[in-house]
Amino acid sequence: MSSTLSGSAESPAAPGSSSSLQTVPSQPQPVEPPAEQAQAAQPQPIRPGQAGYGLKRPRAVTAWTADDWLALVGSLAGALGLVWVSYDRLLPFSGPVGFFICWYAVFLLIYAAVSAMAHPRQIVVDRVAAAVVHGGAAIVFAAVLTTVVYTFIRGWAADHHLNFWTQTMASTDPTAPLNQGGMVHAMIGTLWEIAIAVVVSLPLGVGTAVFITEVSGRFARIVRTVVEAMTAMPDILAGLFIYTVLIVRLGVQQSGFAAGVALSVMMLPIIARSAEVQLRVVPGGLREASLALGASRWRTVWRVVLPTAKSGLATALILGIARGIGETAPVLIASGESNYLNLNPFHEPMNSLPLFIYQGIQSGLNEMILRAWGAASVLLALILILFVTARLLARSGTGRS
Amino acid sequence: MSAAISGPGAQPEARTPRRIYRGLMPSDRAFFWLSRSIGALVLAITGGIGLFLLLQLIPTLRAYGLHFFTQANWDPETGQIGVAGALVGTIEVAGVAIVVSVPLAFLTALYISEYAPSGIKSGLVSIIDLMAAIPSIIYGFWGFWFFQPHAAAVTRWISTYLSWIPIFKVPDSNPHAAVVYVADRYYGSVAIAGLVVAMMVIPMACAVMRGVFAQAPAGEREGALALGATRWGVIRSVVVPFGRGGIIGGTMLGLGRALGETMAVLVVISVKFEINWHLLFTGTITISSLIADRWSEATPGQLEALLAAGCVLFAITMAVNFVAATFVTRSRSGAATEI
Repeated sequence: MSSTLSGSAESPAAPGSSSSLQTVPSQPQPVEPPAEQAQAAQPQPIRPGQAGYGLKRPRAVTAWTADDWLALVGSLAGALGLVWVSYDRLLPFSGPVGFFICWYAVFLLIYAAVSAMAHPRQIVVDRVAAAVVHGGAAIVFAAVLTTVVYTFIRGWAADHHLNFWTQTMASTDPTAPLNQGGMVHAMIGTLWEIAIAVVVSLPLGVGTAVFITEVSGRFARIVRTVVEAMTAMPDILAGLFIYTVLIVRLGVQQSGFAAGVALSVMMLPIIARSAEVQLRVVPGGLREASLALGASRWRTVWRVVLPTAKSGLATALILGIARGIGETAPVLIASGESNYLNLNPFHEPMNSLPLFIYQGIQSGLNEMILRAWGAASVLLALILILFVTARLLARSGTGRS
Repeated sequence: MSAAISGPGAQPEARTPRRIYRGLMPSDRAFFWLSRSIGALVLAITGGIGLFLLLQLIPTLRAYGLHFFTQANWDPETGQIGVAGALVGTIEVAGVAIVVSVPLAFLTALYISEYAPSGIKSGLVSIIDLMAAIPSIIYGFWGFWFFQPHAAAVTRWISTYLSWIPIFKVPDSNPHAAVVYVADRYYGSVAIAGLVVAMMVIPMACAVMRGVFAQAPAGEREGALALGATRWGVIRSVVVPFGRGGIIGGTMLGLGRALGETMAVLVVISVKFEINWHLLFTGTITISSLIADRWSEATPGQLEALLAAGCVLFAITMAVNFVAATFVTRSRSGAATEI
């Protein structure tokens, strides 16, 4: 390496680069001042076609060679051909899933064998490991994609009817065709319940996060441990807790309010936890600067800490909403079922989108299942919108800081 | 203030020193008091659920005795109420979900942190986050309609050729018969429910694992590369040993999620109250789906029994989560090597 470097430094002076390379080791004084070398090399950059150009260009370390490409494509094609011939024709297997599993397994074997013909063990292992990692990631991303795409495709049957967006199921028979009835009552119910949940859990969640990060102390550590543990609470238990305490013991009606409270019990630890993470990354120097200027602790929190973490807190809230809006189990227990539009969350049962989907599945009726798919696609679209908003907010936040 | 100092008309008689608060200012006192009471309220709400559930265990155990833990049947009419079948079902479904999802989550996390081109990395992270936000009922719906026929073909294959392993056996079925009622035998099994739950475990485990992999110290990575390691060599010698705590912690967090999953399981399984060791055979029940299935027809006494079942689930989930938190905090994450 050192000989090529000094050789290339000499090369503008000596046109024959190979001869200059040979002369370098035989020089009596190999240690030259580096400043002179740099000065000698700088004024004359080597251009393509000039002698010594090939020596100067660094080897591309990550580029794929023809051998890499051919081994990969050849193994894929070979495995496809082999499985195509044997699967379903020679062997008693069938089904598309099994086909892909066999193709992948045979591909790994052929790829390893092809690589082993020309390369040492380390490269064979590296190639097979890369193939396994890419395969595993492909399965996961394909699963997400099929879930989203399949939901929208199945939902289209109900979604493209305008009445699905404007009517309720109050005067519609469940078996009526899709151009009657709709899910607007479930949509309104979902919006009411999530609004109640946000009103309850946002101040409490952010307040808890402020308490944990800004006040601290032993009590704050206890709160933090409990809140962190409760993020893993099964959603059904939040619903059952609210049902037993609020509805059975205190006699509150099954209503949108009860469902909203159940959702907020479930969302509270999630929002508190992620808000705490957002507050903890606020630089301590900002707090100290504010305190040094004479601001009180409260003003520091209100004027410095919370505005700095604003976009992060918004992201935490939106992700909490996205989690809560699709929760079915608490809503199932606390809100009760209805098929009419109910605008009062404190009185009478209130439907919601997840519950509408569940009812559709339970009914087993073809039309209701199609309506459930429609509601599922609406719910998924709501979550996607929330998600994109959260990402954009997060991006604007990082850009500013 | 600055005008008073630098301005030409500065008043010399403004000599009385500004009052300095030694203790807390009134606004601060109010702030501390308020935030402490919010903390106490949240502690009361969240901790209250745990205490409340624990207290429900007492009357149930008094009524049904220790049979509550050994009885598999949930038949309130005959007074047979037990959580054994649901407990075994919960553990089986969670076990299948973990066995399937942890390798996939591990590979996906490795792909995102080590192999993916840097341009699409943040997009892939968003997709994994989105995967965590898709409601469980949609996963259940998708699993029931789209996934189950394909998955049942695979479980049928496994039960045909690997039935000598007891858990893969499907009772009284002849797979070589001319007509096989696949829906009767293979739909709604523990394995299919576990596969659907795996979809919900993957994003959780993957997010934790990717986080620790991304924190693997750059100096050690570059050292391994400089010593001639391949990309897999770097992963094996630096990334995975560094992220071991995160891998275990992510697995445990995913296990907590899998144990508590309700709606997806309820939609996919065929409800059957018995201890079913045959993973590929139709019919099972988990604790959370038991509650969702039975709460509406429960008398106050049965509601207490359901709450007691919930308490068992709660205790298991909390224990698993506690272990997960210990592993995640004990890992080397954040402790970069000094060069």
